[in-house]
Amino acid sequence: MSALESLTARLRDALPPDALITDPVRLRTYECDGLTVHRATPGVVVLPDSAEQVAAVVGLCAEHGVPFVARGSGTGLSGGALPRTDGVLIVTSRMRRILEVDVPGRRAVVEPGVTNLAITEAVRDQGLYYAPDPSSQQICSIGGNVAENSGGAHCLKYGFTVNHVLAVEIVTPDGEIVELSEQDAGYDLLGAFIGSEGTLGIATKITVRLSRAPEAVTTLLAAFTGIEAGGRAVSAVIAAGVVPAAIEMMDALAIEAAEAAVRCEYPEGAGAVLVVELDGPKAAVDREFAEVERLCRESGAFEIRIAASAEERAAIWKGRKSAFAAVGRISPAYIVQDGVVPRTALPGVLAGIDRLQEEYGIRVANVFHAGDGNLHPLVLFDDAVPGEEERAEAVSGLILDLCIEHGGSITGEHGVGVDKSRYMPRMFSADDLDAMQLVRCAFDPRGLSNPGKVFPTPRLCGEVPGVRRGVHPLVEAGLAEQF
Amino acid sequence: MGTRAVEDAGRDERAGKALAATGVTVRPAVPGDAVGRVRPRWVVLPETAGEIAAVMRVSAEHDLAVVPAGGGTKLHWGAPPSRCDILLDTCCLNAVIEHVAGDLVVRAQAGLTLEALREALAAAGQELALDVPVPGTTVGGLVATALAGPRRFRYGTARDLLIGITVVLPDGTVARSGGKVVKNVAGYDVGKLFTGSYGTLGVVVDATFRLHPLPADRAWVTAGFEPPGPLGDADRAAGLGAALAAVSGSQAEPSAVELDWPDPDGPCVMAVLLEGTAADTRAAAVRGLLGPDSDLRPTPPPWWGRLPEPPAAQKGEAPESRGREDEVLLELRITPPRVPGVLAEVRRAAGDLGVRAAVRGAAASGVLHIALHAGTDAGTVPGTDAGTDAGTDAGTDRGTDGGTDAGAAARFVARLRAEAEDGGGRLLVVAAPEEVARRAGRWGRVGALTLMRRIKERFDPDGRMSPGRSVGGT
Repeated sequence: MSALESLTARLRDALPPDALITDPVRLRTYECDGLTVHRATPGVVVLPDSAEQVAAVVGLCAEHGVPFVARGSGTGLSGGALPRTDGVLIVTSRMRRILEVDVPGRRAVVEPGVTNLAITEAVRDQGLYYAPDPSSQQICSIGGNVAENSGGAHCLKYGFTVNHVLAVEIVTPDGEIVELSEQDAGYDLLGAFIGSEGTLGIATKITVRLSRAPEAVTTLLAAFTGIEAGGRAVSAVIAAGVVPAAIEMMDALAIEAAEAAVRCEYPEGAGAVLVVELDGPKAAVDREFAEVERLCRESGAFEIRIAASAEERAAIWKGRKSAFAAVGRISPAYIVQDGVVPRTALPGVLAGIDRLQEEYGIRVANVFHAGDGNLHPLVLFDDAVPGEEERAEAVSGLILDLCIEHGGSITGEHGVGVDKSRYMPRMFSADDLDAMQLVRCAFDPRGLSNPGKVFPTPRLCGEVPGVRRGVHPLVEAGLAEQF
Repeated sequence: MGTRAVEDAGRDERAGKALAATGVTVRPAVPGDAVGRVRPRWVVLPETAGEIAAVMRVSAEHDLAVVPAGGGTKLHWGAPPSRCDILLDTCCLNAVIEHVAGDLVVRAQAGLTLEALREALAAAGQELALDVPVPGTTVGGLVATALAGPRRFRYGTARDLLIGITVVLPDGTVARSGGKVVKNVAGYDVGKLFTGSYGTLGVVVDATFRLHPLPADRAWVTAGFEPPGPLGDADRAAGLGAALAAVSGSQAEPSAVELDWPDPDGPCVMAVLLEGTAADTRAAAVRGLLGPDSDLRPTPPPWWGRLPEPPAAQKGEAPESRGREDEVLLELRITPPRVPGVLAEVRRAAGDLGVRAAVRGAAASGVLHIALHAGTDAGTVPGTDAGTDAGTDAGTDRGTDGGTDAGAAARFVARLRAEAEDGGGRLLVVAAPEEVARRAGRWGRVGALTLMRRIKERFDPDGRMSPGRSVGGT
C-alpha cells in the first residue's frame, strides 16, 4: 500500500464522507488553477470546513510523509495551486464564514475561503472596505490573497495584502494551529508568511484591516498618440508629488483588443491610454485632479475624459479590466506575463519589448500598472502555427530577463508558483536562495507544504535527509524542469 | 592563573589575532561599549559587506558572540545579551547607496542615521515616512527594533516600507531579499524577519525603502481632555473614545492621531496631523470634530514624535532624569477602541501601586508608550517572580519617597499586561532594569514562539548573534 493509500484510509476516518474526493472524474476538476498550461490530477482532494479539520489532514500528511497543496478559488496565475499526483489537495471553499466584523476597531475576522469582494460587501454599509483589489476579486479567496500577497490596481497608494492583514491563524506543516499576529514581539512571521505561496503552511483564519471608503473618487482617461507621451505624463504626475490611487496604461494593441471584446470606445487613434484615479478628501482630490489633468495635456494628451458618475467611471475602467481576456479576441492564444521594473526604466524596457517583437515575429500587447512599474505584457501567438508557441514562450521569458537587467522583479503580483521557479536563480544568488530556504526549513523541515513551488531546487533541511520522494509529476510529464 | 584562565587567555589571543588578520578596524572594548552591562572584548568597525562577512567568519571559527550596533541609542532596549565578544559597529557604513527620485526608492547603508537620510531625501522633495522617536537612530537600528512614530497610522511601520535588504548571516554569508521595486513578490521576504529581530538573526548591511513625496503643507490640531478617570468615571473615557473614533475615521484623512498624557494628575492632549494637499481645509474639518476649544497650529507640539519621559516622583515636581538605569519603557499594543479603557486602568493600577507613569503614542493605531522610573533600588531589590501575582494587594509594594521600586513596577507591568492581553492586545517591556524585566517578563504573550525559536535555530544554529536579546531567549 502506498503512503497515499494508507493516508486516504485515515482521512476517511478523520473527515465527514462528503469532505473527501477520490473519484478520478471529480479529481480532474482540480487539475489546474488559473494557469492552465500546468496540469496534474491530485492524488486526493479534501474539503475541510474548519481549522481543526485542516490540522487533522495536515497532521496525517506529516505522519505519512505525503505532500499537500492548499487551494482557494483556483484563480492564481502562476500554478501555485498546481496539485501533486502523489499528494493531497486541501480546498478551502467550504470555509466561507465571516466570523466577526468589528466596525469601531475596523477589522474583520474571516475564513480563508471568503472571497476578497465579500469582505467589502459585508462592510460597505458602514462606509468601510477591504483595500487590496486584485482584478479577480469577485471570485478569488482571501486565503489565496494571503498566499500570494495580492495587490491590485490600487496598491500604488494603498499597498498589498501584507499591509492590510493584522493576524493569521495558520496550520503549520506539522499540523499545529498557531496564530501569527502583528502585535507579537519578535520576528515578523506574519509578514514572512504572507506571500509565501502556501509553502509555509495554510491560513485558516485571517484578520483583515478595514479601511474607510474615501470621500471623493475621480477618474480620468487620457489618450496619447504613443506610449512615450503617456510615460511622460506618468513621470510628471509622480514628480509633482501626487500619489494617485491608480495609474494604468494600455498600448495600441491592448486597446484594439479591448475594443473588440467590450467596445470600451476609447478615443479613436489612441496609441496609448492612461487611466488615472485619485481618491481621498474632496478638497485634496479636486486640487490634485486639476493638476493631473494639466500635466496630461502638457505631456501631449489629445483627449481627456473625466468620469462624472459611477457609471462613467465604470466605463473608463471597463476596457482596462477586460484587457487580459480581451486579447483572446485578437489572438488564438496568449501568455500573461507579470514583471516589474523601476518606473524610470519603463521606456528602456518597452523599447526592449519592441525589439523582441520584431526579432521573434511575435506580437505583445502591453497593459501595465504604470505607477509602480508592474508590466503585464500579453504575448500573443497562434498555437496552430508550428513553432509559434515556443517563440512566444521565448519572448515571454526574455521580457523577464529585461526586467531583471533593469533592476526589477520576475513577479509583481502573480507569484512565482511552479511557472517561474526556474527564473529565481536569475534574480537571486545561490546564497540568497539558501537564506530563504532557512525560513522554509524552520516552518517545514520535511518539505511537504506545496513542494516544488517558488524555489527551483528544494534544498534539504538538515535534520530530515532524503525527504524528496520520487520525481515531480511535471518533471515526469516533461512539463517542467528542475535545476 | 588557573588552567582554565590560561586556556581562555590563549583562546582570546588566537581570536584577537584572527580578527586583526581580517584587516578590519578593531579596537579593544571600553566600559562605555557595554550592551546592557555585558562588556564586549572587541569593537570592530567594518566598512563594507565583505568586511562584515570576514568578521562573521572569524566569529564562527572562534565561537565569538556578536552584537551589531548602529547609533547605540537603543542598546539598553530588549534583554541584555547572554554573552558578547564583539560589538560590531556599523557607523562606517553610512552612505546613501542609491536614490532614484523618479522611482521613489532609496537604498541606504545600515549605519546611516535617519537624520542624515532625511536631509539627503529632502533635497529631492521626498522622505521616508517614518518618524522614529529616538534621535540618532540608524537604518539598521530602525530595522532591528521596528520602531515607528506618529505617522504609522497612515504609512505603517518599517516592515511596511522596507522593500529590500542585504544581510550578513552568522556564518558570513551575504544574502539579499526583496529588491528595489515596490511591487515584488518573488521569494520569501527575509527583510520582514529582520524587522524587530534585535540583531539576533544576522547583521543588516543595507536596506531599501519605499519613499513618499514630502507633503506640501502640514497642520496640527490639538485638544485637551480630562484624563480617563478611575473606575466609575465612564463619561471621561467615553468623551475621549468618541473623539478618537471621530477623528481617526474622519474623511479629512489625518496622517497621525497622537495622545500625550505626561503627568498622571494633569490633562491629556490629543494632537492630529493633517498633511498634503488642502491640509488647512482638512484641519478645519478636524477642529469641527474636536470642538471650539481645540487649536490649529502650523507646527507640532514640542513632545511630538518623542518617547514619553518618566514623570517626577512626586506630584508637582519638575520631571527629572535619573538616566537610563532605572527607566522603564513599555509598549502597549491594543485595538484603538480600547485606548480610553486601558488608560483608565493605567491610572487605577498606578494609584494602587504608587507608580507615576507618563503615556504617549499613536492612539489611532492602538500603540502607546508608557514611561516610569523603577526607583534607584531597582537593581538590588531581592525577590522572586512577582509577575504572576497581579491583582493581589499591592500595599506592601508601594514605593516610598524614591518613587517606585522594582516590585511595584513589575506588578504595574503585570496588571497592564493582563488588561491588554485580555482583549487580544500585548504589553512589551521595551527597556527596564533587569530586576523589573526578570520579575515581569519582557515580551508577554507570543503566539508563535516555537516558530520563532526554529527561525533562530536555522539562521544562527550556534546562538552567537546577540544571544538572548529577543523573545523566548532567541
